[in-house]
Amino acid sequence: MSVIEVEGLRKSFGEVVALDGVDLEVAEGTVFGLLGPNGAGKTTTVRILTTLLHPDAGLARVAGYDVVREAEALRHVIGLAGQAAAIDPNLTGRENLEMVGRLYHLSPTEARRRAGEVLERFDLAEAADRPARTYSGGMRRRLDLGASLVGRPRVLFLDEPTTGLDPRSRLELWDVIRELVREGTTLLLTTQYLEEADRLADVIAVVDRGRVIARGTADELKARVGGEVLAVRVSDRSRVPEAAGAILGLGPGGGKVDNNTGEITIPVGGDGTRLLVEAVRRLDAEGIELADISLRRPTLDDVFLALTGHAAEEAPTPPNGTRRRRRSP
Amino acid sequence: MSVARTPLAERVRWAIHDGFVLTRRNLIRYRRIPTLLVFSTVQPVMFVLLFRYVFGGAITDLPPGAEAYVNFLMPGIFVQTAIFGATQTGIGLAEDLTSGIIDRFRSLPTARSAVLAGRTTADLLRNLFVVLLMTGVGYLVGFRFQEGPILAALAIGLAVLVGFAFSWVSATIGLAIGELESVQAASFVWIFPLTFASSAFVPIEGMPWWLQAFARNNPVTIWANTMRAFTLGETYVRAIGETMGGLVLRSGLWIAAILAAAVPLAIRIYRRT
Repeated sequence: MSVIEVEGLRKSFGEVVALDGVDLEVAEGTVFGLLGPNGAGKTTTVRILTTLLHPDAGLARVAGYDVVREAEALRHVIGLAGQAAAIDPNLTGRENLEMVGRLYHLSPTEARRRAGEVLERFDLAEAADRPARTYSGGMRRRLDLGASLVGRPRVLFLDEPTTGLDPRSRLELWDVIRELVREGTTLLLTTQYLEEADRLADVIAVVDRGRVIARGTADELKARVGGEVLAVRVSDRSRVPEAAGAILGLGPGGGKVDNNTGEITIPVGGDGTRLLVEAVRRLDAEGIELADISLRRPTLDDVFLALTGHAAEEAPTPPNGTRRRRRSP
Repeated sequence: MSVARTPLAERVRWAIHDGFVLTRRNLIRYRRIPTLLVFSTVQPVMFVLLFRYVFGGAITDLPPGAEAYVNFLMPGIFVQTAIFGATQTGIGLAEDLTSGIIDRFRSLPTARSAVLAGRTTADLLRNLFVVLLMTGVGYLVGFRFQEGPILAALAIGLAVLVGFAFSWVSATIGLAIGELESVQAASFVWIFPLTFASSAFVPIEGMPWWLQAFARNNPVTIWANTMRAFTLGETYVRAIGETMGGLVLRSGLWIAAILAAAVPLAIRIYRRT
């Protein structure tokens, strides 16, 4: 049974079209990953599904409630953790959670009990009675995630839950999220980290410029790239453009250059070994020295390139709070 | 699980409950960072001392009943402080918008009015604290309520009520602008002319005619004069050609008018953000 149904969702902010007809369906008890670059429309989708924003057109039902007409009833059964840790830094962890519990209209006793549970579970019991402003970035995120669970939501929305976290905190948070899902919560998660969607989501929808351009399991999406990917790194970064010019034409569908790492990747279909040899030969002929060359299974990064013709921008995201979400698409 | 329409009585009960939860949240801040409270009192106390001792000697010709400048000054400073204090409402809301916590509140089954009610109520209580503290400082530098405890309480109540009305004005500005520094800057654009071009600190008779025209109709003048009516009594009221009832009525009408304009506007902008 579908717990989230979205049909033809549209939303514009002035001239900017944030959602250009989004359709989604999420089955109860699954994890759905909304994957796409900044500005693709992920946050706008989440804001509409959590009643924070009205769509211009289209229909959206969550847990059977219409997100516009039955917003009030819907708010009882959803939980939301946005990009910024939406906690009060002056309240202790426990006070933050109890406050959210009270705002879900739980009794004081019940709010206190659930706050205690969440603190235990998210490994915050020791810091429970310290003001949240003394918490580390990872602890704040865990507290924020915990706050979204105090109401025991049927459907949980996590908007870029690990953006801005260091790798260790990210791994910890992934564990927590996986455990949640085992207990049957339906989760819709947005991310611009391809690896994250791969690790957490049962079904992934790739969004780009306000549209869903592909959906399927991670494996299905990878299969769309077809076969393997040839990855090349040259020793001298200044010669990357030259090297790209020599070998990008090799694969059936071109390839791309990652400007951050200088890595050149080319989907090669089933013809990997021959093309690898050919690439080595061409680079050798140009006198370009190789640092690394390999054939690998495609990542979702490669998928995005294959689907959109442009790379998923994995530009460094600004730190928490500086990205203003209120009027942004 | 829940029904789409809850009965009105139930809704009102939850709105009060949620407003209370969020008032408490906003007050905890002052317990956690006591310096916040200290700094919100430093400025008013400084104003009392500076005006009392810098201008006090220069300002003569005060109306009968207010011969000692400190007795003329304190009611004015109460009003000015309450209005200045109200700017914190907009600043706090802008902070909450930027931090994302308002998004969380809006995604919860919490009464729509609670965020604004919780903020303005907390700011009202803070203003009350500041005004009481200033009264103490005023007493140290020679100020006295002349008309007994009931009228003294009314004076303090009026100051706090003025602050509450301006909290909603400030909330409207804070929500409309949404950015912390701009909210701070925007607040002082209207707050200085409003409080200074009035009878709050000096009698308006010394101002040029065009400024007098503004000051005479400035609600701050009316509130300051009403406060003086409460603290100085009939002699003063007669000396400025007013009646106690007229002052109280006009003070109340101004407060009601500001609330009637700002509350719906703030709520409308809050729903939209």
